[in-house]
Amino acid sequence: MTDLTADPAEIVEPADPAVGEVLLQVTDLSTSFTSDRGTVRAVRDVSITLRRGRTLGVVGESGSGKSVLARSIMGLMPSNATRTGSVEFGGVEILNAPPKAMRKFWGEQMAMVFQDPMTALNPVLRVEQQITESLHEHLDLTKDQAHDTALALLTSVGIPEPARRLRMYPHEMSGGMRQRIMIAIALACGPKMLFADEPTTALDVTVQAQILDLLQALQRDRQMAMILVTHDLGVVAGRAHDIAVMYAGQIVEQASAEALFARVRHPYTEALLKSIPKLEMAKHTRLEAIGGRPPDLVDLPVGCKFAARCPYAQDRCREEEPELLPDPDDASHLVRCFFPVSVAASAALQATAPVAGEELA
Amino acid sequence: MAGIGDAHLRAPGESLLRVENLVVEFPSGRGQKVHAVTDVNLDVLEGETLGLVGESGCGKSTTGKAIMQLPSPTSGRVLFGGQDLTDVKGEDLRTLRTQLQMIFQDPISSLNPRRRIEDIVAEGLNIWKTGTKSERADKVDKMLLTVGLDPKVVRGRRPHQFSGGQCQRISIARAVVTEPRLIVCDEPVSALDVSVQAQILNLLEDMKARYQLTMVFIAHDLAVVKNISDRVAVMYLGRLCEVGDPDLLYANPAHPYTAALLSAIPVADPTVKPDQRETLGGEIPSPLSPPSGCRFRTRCPRADDQCRNEVPVMAQVEGDHFVACHHPIAPGESIEGTVNLAGALAKALA
Repeated sequence: MTDLTADPAEIVEPADPAVGEVLLQVTDLSTSFTSDRGTVRAVRDVSITLRRGRTLGVVGESGSGKSVLARSIMGLMPSNATRTGSVEFGGVEILNAPPKAMRKFWGEQMAMVFQDPMTALNPVLRVEQQITESLHEHLDLTKDQAHDTALALLTSVGIPEPARRLRMYPHEMSGGMRQRIMIAIALACGPKMLFADEPTTALDVTVQAQILDLLQALQRDRQMAMILVTHDLGVVAGRAHDIAVMYAGQIVEQASAEALFARVRHPYTEALLKSIPKLEMAKHTRLEAIGGRPPDLVDLPVGCKFAARCPYAQDRCREEEPELLPDPDDASHLVRCFFPVSVAASAALQATAPVAGEELA
Repeated sequence: MAGIGDAHLRAPGESLLRVENLVVEFPSGRGQKVHAVTDVNLDVLEGETLGLVGESGCGKSTTGKAIMQLPSPTSGRVLFGGQDLTDVKGEDLRTLRTQLQMIFQDPISSLNPRRRIEDIVAEGLNIWKTGTKSERADKVDKMLLTVGLDPKVVRGRRPHQFSGGQCQRISIARAVVTEPRLIVCDEPVSALDVSVQAQILNLLEDMKARYQLTMVFIAHDLAVVKNISDRVAVMYLGRLCEVGDPDLLYANPAHPYTAALLSAIPVADPTVKPDQRETLGGEIPSPLSPPSGCRFRTRCPRADDQCRNEVPVMAQVEGDHFVACHHPIAPGESIEGTVNLAGALAKALA
């Protein structure tokens, strides 16, 4: 492991692991922001491992820290942020790397597709300029080569008439097209890892399906690692290998998609699933809403952060904070709860009564 | 779809709101027109919730605003309790509008950031000088309590001190406090998290039962619309595709567009692989020059010459279920030949 802070001039190339090997290792990452009201503890003690060719879905409500987590890993942080812990990418520690060193990583090693394609593109530049910007920054291409690469990229993200689109401005295109452009920009330098931060939230359901299919096809084709950040469990269910559910800045449940949906263990995950309106429900079925609101990240309660909204909470939950521990039956299924539930997602989706919790710790 | 006809309308005397041949067009320079809504017929019975669903740009919000006369439609009639709102002007319209209220999509920007919550909710009452000042204050407090906010705490605060879900509660209080007969909800939950969305949907159902409200509920999320509606109307590019009881319409979608919308919804179940489902390719055409005949034909796997030449007319499928399509899907049949863009791309890359 090399510390990039030592000498930014000597940038060590990260290793290029084979498919299935660890590309990203995040250990005890915490991020906080200073504000007028005090310290906002947006992400606390998050550890994740991501292998090449795998997709991790990060799910949570607004303010759960899922976007801050993605930005913390990439190092896209405002000046009032403090990060602790470790982020290793291809064996290189990048948490405290100076921005100058990170420039080599952004675009070439890791790239991000942002939520809002309306505002994330520069409205006064033509599409071609926005795509070739990172090509010129990272690769030594001539103007013609860059143009050809941009053309190929637009074709690969499924944009019809790519030559004409290259000369357009963002406002001349629909939201779905703009999101495809965003994806093309992110892919321009062939990153090994892609962050997609709510890539379809601003889009219609039919366009959402197109964009998610596209991301999945590109990820498979290029064997990238991907972190898909979303508030919609439905979006990650069929498309992520692993899922991490976040609440109040922490991971509360983490497992493979199959294991998680087969046996939901955290009451929050269960509550999230139950609150989704389902097509199978008859009209006017009363929804099981989660009462209350997430806690204030400036003034976090003691004990379990979900206790105030949890139907199973007991005195212990309000006094002691549970750790993220492996499920005794399945060591790869992690859950942060003293009294985990055990319910299949399909059952939660039908809103039947859950099996009573058993003590884990 | 994209059809005409009024087979789906009930008898004129039964409905609280009846929209006939509604057309909304906007000038767009160089003599062009945006055909936002073309020849739409709708009705809503007293106490009923009509769900209006479709993609961005299908004209669902424009329809909602045309009902409210914001602005008046280009042509067509909007009958509210038997009175044509498009004929009413000035002070009379202002008086009638107390019976119509609207809830908007973005709960934060639809509340004036410089005003206190009590003033925002009381504004309608103050304008019409309903009761004495203390009666109005009482009414505001009661309404805030009903929407799940503590009046003592929230009265003096301003919108920025609240979350999106709480602001939407305030918007609902503001709309219901004047005791309207009809509320048009324009995407009231699409800016909210799923957990908060469930709270607001439950609240809307409670308010409807408590105040005998009639609602037009506009949204793009089919599951949300099904949950809250007594009747659903699917729109595409300014025209209606399919209308019916949600239990019938969702079980057996007859219009290929409705079927495509349903299949595009992500399912929270990893055993349902998304690439096994059919996705709708392409995008909604420009409303400046909508396709001839059926407006959905450019994306429809079943389109033929008839769809190019003839606008389909609304016809009954079964009971309270109507479709405007030349080649509707029979129950149990699946739509074949739908273009799966990313799937085709993945194959091309492999």
